[in-house]
Amino acid sequence: MTAAGAAGQPLLQVSDLHVEIASRRGIVHAVDGISLEVPAGEAVGLVGESGSGKSMTLKAILGVLPPEAKVTAGSVVLNGTDLVQLSGSQLNKIRGPDIAMIFQEPMSALNPVMRVGAQIAEAPQVHLGMNRRQAADRALELMRRVGIPDPERRFRSFPHEFSGGMRQRVMIAIALSCEPALILCDEPTTALDVTIQDQILRLLHRLCRESGTSLVFVTHDLPVVAQICQQLAVMYAGQIVEQGTVQEVLTRPCHPYTLGLVRSAPDVDHPRASLEAIPGSPPSLISPPDGCRFHPRCKFAEEDCTVTPPPLRLIDAGHSTACLHYERCLDDLQAEGAGR
Amino acid sequence: MGRMTFVFRRLLLLIPTVLGVTIITFFMIHLIPGDPARTILGIHATPRGIAILHREWGLNRPLASQYWLFMDRLVHGNLGISLFYNVPVVGLITSHLPPTLWLICYAAVLAIIISVPLAMIAASRKDGVRDHVVRAVPLLGLGMPAFWLALILQTTLAVKFQLFPVSGYGTGIGGHLHSMFLPALVVAIALCPVVIRSLRASMLNVLGADFVTTARAKGVPGSRLFVRHVLRNAVIPAVTVLGINIGFLIGGTLIVEQVFQIPGIGSLMINSIFSRDFPVVQAVALVFGIMVVLVNLLTDVIYASLDPRVRFDR
Amino acid sequence: MSAISITPAAGAPQAGTAERAQPRRAHWYRQPALMTGLVLLAIILFMVIAAPLLTSYNPDTQNLNDTLAGISSQHWLGTDQEGRDIFSRLLYGGRVDLQVAFLAVLFPFTLGTILGSVAGYFGGWVDIVIMRLVDIVVAFPFFVLIIALVFVLGPGERSIYIAITLVGWVSYARIIRGEILIAKRQEYVLAAQSGGLSNLRIMRRHLLPNVITQAIIYAMSDIVQDILAIVTLSYLGLGIQPPTPDWGTMISDGQNFLTTHWQLTTIPGLAVVVTGLALSLIGDGLADLLRPGQA
Repeated sequence: MTAAGAAGQPLLQVSDLHVEIASRRGIVHAVDGISLEVPAGEAVGLVGESGSGKSMTLKAILGVLPPEAKVTAGSVVLNGTDLVQLSGSQLNKIRGPDIAMIFQEPMSALNPVMRVGAQIAEAPQVHLGMNRRQAADRALELMRRVGIPDPERRFRSFPHEFSGGMRQRVMIAIALSCEPALILCDEPTTALDVTIQDQILRLLHRLCRESGTSLVFVTHDLPVVAQICQQLAVMYAGQIVEQGTVQEVLTRPCHPYTLGLVRSAPDVDHPRASLEAIPGSPPSLISPPDGCRFHPRCKFAEEDCTVTPPPLRLIDAGHSTACLHYERCLDDLQAEGAGR
Repeated sequence: MGRMTFVFRRLLLLIPTVLGVTIITFFMIHLIPGDPARTILGIHATPRGIAILHREWGLNRPLASQYWLFMDRLVHGNLGISLFYNVPVVGLITSHLPPTLWLICYAAVLAIIISVPLAMIAASRKDGVRDHVVRAVPLLGLGMPAFWLALILQTTLAVKFQLFPVSGYGTGIGGHLHSMFLPALVVAIALCPVVIRSLRASMLNVLGADFVTTARAKGVPGSRLFVRHVLRNAVIPAVTVLGINIGFLIGGTLIVEQVFQIPGIGSLMINSIFSRDFPVVQAVALVFGIMVVLVNLLTDVIYASLDPRVRFDR
Repeated sequence: MSAISITPAAGAPQAGTAERAQPRRAHWYRQPALMTGLVLLAIILFMVIAAPLLTSYNPDTQNLNDTLAGISSQHWLGTDQEGRDIFSRLLYGGRVDLQVAFLAVLFPFTLGTILGSVAGYFGGWVDIVIMRLVDIVVAFPFFVLIIALVFVLGPGERSIYIAITLVGWVSYARIIRGEILIAKRQEYVLAAQSGGLSNLRIMRRHLLPNVITQAIIYAMSDIVQDILAIVTLSYLGLGIQPPTPDWGTMISDGQNFLTTHWQLTTIPGLAVVVTGLALSLIGDGLADLLRPGQA
């Protein structure tokens, strides 16, 4: 486990990250200038639709982008080192002990022909220099920590013998195996049943509280973010459109897209008469719309929204938005509140 | 289910196939136009000779009864008497079998040694220059007659440069390895195009799989990643493909044995065809059939051993 | 999994998976493999068909005064040990080999398609019997069975056709049966059935046109296999009988002269290789075209 750098410095600092994908139809700007800070010991949520670039962001941070994708600009600084500048073998030393990742599809994310225990023990063997016996003990201990019953027997099982929720626990155990300071979570609960989702989220929450691990939690599901994160960044079409504390952003959304997301998520505490979907579909990332990328779907759009891309600017303590007319959102919310 | 039960169940399922193989082999004699005995004996046909064969093969009996006779003999290890050598066919086959088995195994090993690295090279940079070369060159191999390649290699490497013996089986293990290198190479080259293609495809499949990303995310270094994660998964479908094509491998040994004069059952069969020695031809065909069936079973077992998902599903 | 969705507007390919939203059958002429193969095959076919135009020599005419001649303006590829012009033997031999191979592939194709359709469509004991038969035939190495059959039936062209048909139908049967098993669950078949169309009509008009493409792709590699079998049989003296020229016989005729006049054996072998290359390219190109992402 590595210390979180000088006091007050964020653990992870992503600056102006650009990821491009070469495709037959042109260059896809999957991530277009993202900046993000992850303080030590906190969970940051990254929310957006499919295609918003959130998964690509995580993969870019860890350096596990698919071959046709490349980081073309920006930096990812973890404990003073820019990960983007590192070579593959240098990155390999960091992956595991300093930073780890949990994936969405636990079935396909685990090696089908390798026993589960061996997969959990692999990182400690590679990075911490443990021998097989030690690594196996470590794996058993991790399995207990993540709540896998009967770990001695399960150690020798194969992934296909586990249920979805159990496999995800295995993935979490793998991620924790070298006690990283930061864990990237790529929609880890999306593929699970709702009841299991809740279990896994609580587990993650507890584990991170216990060991002070930071999280970057990617999801398209707002209630999930509310459950586990302190900070929240909303992504749209490869860019961050709003950022702030979870509390702030969800109760006072200052971007029409965020507003739309909030309104389309069912909320037990404040039931709405109907859920509103956001009309339209995500834009092309090869040739995105001019100006604000959300403007074709935005009901508050004005002339100036179509001209220049609005920058992300601070409107309150720790709360930024990329909407030129964010007051409309707040007005809209008030109107809705008054109408109830 | 345990491995033994698996094998046992498969063996049971194979019985009808093996029976079918014996039926076809048995029936070959009746495909001969005209009187089989007369046609076989050809210019050596005498009324007495014909009558002997008729009695020997039971050609006067009804078909079912003939088959019964055939099977009865087979079960007792009697495959008939060679018309040419005048000895029991079984003996001929047992003495000629080892070189063929050697050749088959040698060729399979060489095919793997050649194919795996080439497939790796192709898969590691998909659509790159190396990939295209590795995919294009084997296409030449697909259309290449094995005996032609054998002749050319024999003439250049054995006769001209004297690197290998021109023919024969050699003595001792070292002798075998030396003498059979060229023949095994020819058979392997015939097999490579198919194996390379399927290995490459399965490697590409695996390389793009999520669990490889997970392993990368764990920081597993390249060589370990490749062997424990990629290769281990990629060989599984390739084993199946190799198994399916084992028939071609085995069939290819026939002509190669002939060119290099290796005393295996392949050249035995061809020579017996030239000398019109029907019982031997029939018996060798039968042996080949059973060999392929057994090899397919072996492939299934290997596949089940490699892929833990299989045992439990079936 | 990366969360880039495949909408018509944002088309980002993913690593490894074959989901490409691109049009399929358009641009067949842009496939390099297919085009190269077709061009090559066209050249070969042209040369063998136009043989009388390209060479004035009769492939069987011996000229014992001019044996084993090298390349010259008179004999473009020289002569063999009996003074026969190699170039003309190559072309006429190609005629025979290619003709037999192309024809020979039709019978197993037809037989296998019929049996495979019946097995796949009707299922039940018909399916079991046919598939059992397939298992048995497949148990023999292809060439072993071919050579045994040719031996038994007597050498020559006719035996080749019979042997290849009896052995070769199985692959087609398997392919067609597999495709039909999938296709018959499609809705258009159910619609036809509920419309009261007879089974035969359904199979012929509705199912077959859709499943036949896989068989055609396979047929390309099957022709190559047949050419190899024919040439090998002829090399052994069991296939095309002299005096009809053929590539296999040419190779066998020339094998005693390999150290001195290697062109006698090498050239016909190269002809086989190039023909095989052309057909394989076509087969690969078709496969790529009709099942994108399969490469």
